[in-house]
Amino acid sequence: MLPLIADRVSYIVDGKAIIEDVSFSIRGAGLTVLLGPNGAGKSSLLKLCHGLLPPSSGSVRWGEADVADVRQKQAMVFQRPVLLRRSAAENVDHVLKLRGAPAAERARVIEQSLAWAGLADIADMPARKLSGGEQQSLTIARAWALNPEVLLLDEPTANLDPGATRRVEDLIRSFAAAGKKVIMATHNIAQAQRMADEVLFLNHGRLLEQAPAERFMNGPSNPLAARFIAGELVE
Amino acid sequence: MNEFSNALRTAVQLLVEMDPDLVEIVLLSLRVSLSAVILAAVFALPLGALVALTRFPGKRSVVILMNAMMSLPPVVVGLVIYLLLSHTGPFGLTGLLFTPTAMIIAQCVLVFPIIAALTRQTVFDLHEEYDEYLRSVGAGTRQKIATLLWDGRARLSTAILAGFGRAIAEVGAVIIVGGNILHSTRVMTTTIALETSKGDLAMALGLGIILVMIAVVVNTAVVTIGGGASQRTV
Repeated sequence: MLPLIADRVSYIVDGKAIIEDVSFSIRGAGLTVLLGPNGAGKSSLLKLCHGLLPPSSGSVRWGEADVADVRQKQAMVFQRPVLLRRSAAENVDHVLKLRGAPAAERARVIEQSLAWAGLADIADMPARKLSGGEQQSLTIARAWALNPEVLLLDEPTANLDPGATRRVEDLIRSFAAAGKKVIMATHNIAQAQRMADEVLFLNHGRLLEQAPAERFMNGPSNPLAARFIAGELVE
Repeated sequence: MNEFSNALRTAVQLLVEMDPDLVEIVLLSLRVSLSAVILAAVFALPLGALVALTRFPGKRSVVILMNAMMSLPPVVVGLVIYLLLSHTGPFGLTGLLFTPTAMIIAQCVLVFPIIAALTRQTVFDLHEEYDEYLRSVGAGTRQKIATLLWDGRARLSTAILAGFGRAIAEVGAVIIVGGNILHSTRVMTTTIALETSKGDLAMALGLGIILVMIAVVVNTAVVTIGGGASQRTV
C-alpha cells in the first residue's frame, strides 16, 4: 500500500487552516510518529490519511490508490476508545461481521485477538466497564482482528497511566513487528523516543521536519523542533 | 364516601374473582395496545434512525414535526381515522370502523411519532460518539442503523414503553373509532368512561385499579432499564 503520499494537503475549517500545505511521503516500514504539541494538527492529519476527513485542497494517496479504496485495509485507533455497548468479544465480532467473515472464522479470530492482547479473561465483560488500559487494548485487539496492512493511532496512550501505557505500547510494537505499517500521533517526546523509526514534526498545521527517528532525536534541523525536544514549551 | 367504599369493595371482588367481562376487557386492551406499539415500533425505529443519520432538504422541519406529533391529541387522531374509515370515507369499503383493527390503527398513529422522535434523538446522540469508528471500519447505512439501534437498546426500550403507556391509557381515539361495543371493542378506558356515566362505579374502579397497576409496572420497567443502561454507559 505504501508509499503514503500527501501532496500539498490543506484542511480548512471556518477559514482557519488546521493543516496547511503539507507534503510528505512515507515509504519505509516500521513505526512513523507524527510528533508535535497539542493543536499541531496531528489528529486531523491522521484522519486525512485514513479518509475520515476530506482535504480542502491537495491530495492523499496510498500507492496508486485513492484513500477511500484502501480504508478497508487499514485500522484506526482513537484517543478516546470508541467501544460499543457490548461485551469485549462482541466488540471484536462487530468488525468481523462488517467484513463478512463466516461465523466459525469469527469465533477463532475473536479468541486469537483477545488472547494476543492479553484480554482472554475478560472476553465476556461489558467493554465499557473495562479499565482505560483494557479498553484501549481492546480497540487495538479489534484492529488486529481485521489484519490490516496499516494501523493508524491517535494519541493512544494520552489518557493512560504508565503501566497501561507500557502494555499498549507493547501491543503497538508487535503490530509493527508483524510487518505492518504503523503511523501514530503523539505529543509525548519520550514516547516518540521509545517507539519511532521515523518522525514527522508538526506545528500549527505545518510539517516542519521529517527525519529518521535517531537523527531527529539527536539534533533536528528545525530550530522549533530542537526546542520541543529540549523540553521547552513550544507554541 | 360510602358509595366509594362500596364500589371499591365490589371492584376488588371483581378482580379477585377474575370476572369474565373484566378479563375480556383487559385482554382486549392489552391486545390492541400491544399490537399498536409493536406495529409502530417496527417502522418507527428504523425511520427514526434513518432521519438521525441522513441529511436531506427540509430535515429540520421533519424533526420539528416529529417532535410536535408526540403530543397529538387522541381525539383528533380518532376523528381523522374515523373519517377515513367511515363508509363514506376513502377506506370505507374495508369495513374496519368499530373493530379492534381500527383501534390498533388509531393507537399506532398516536404512538408512532413518540417512538420515532425518541429513536431519532437516541440514535443521533449515539452516532456522535460512534461516527468515526463506524466510518473507519466501513459500515454502510444499513449496518450503521443496526449497530446504533442495538447499542441504543436500553433507551429505545424506554421509548417503546413510553409509547405503550400512552396507548393503554388513552380513551379519545379508541372510543371514536371503536365505538365501545360490548364484547367487541370495549377496552379499559372506554369502559371506565361509559360505566362512570352510567353510575356503575365498581367496574370502572376495578379497571382503574388495573390501569394504575399497569402504569406502575411500565414505569418500574422504565426506571430499571434506564438505571441499568446508565450504569452500562459509564
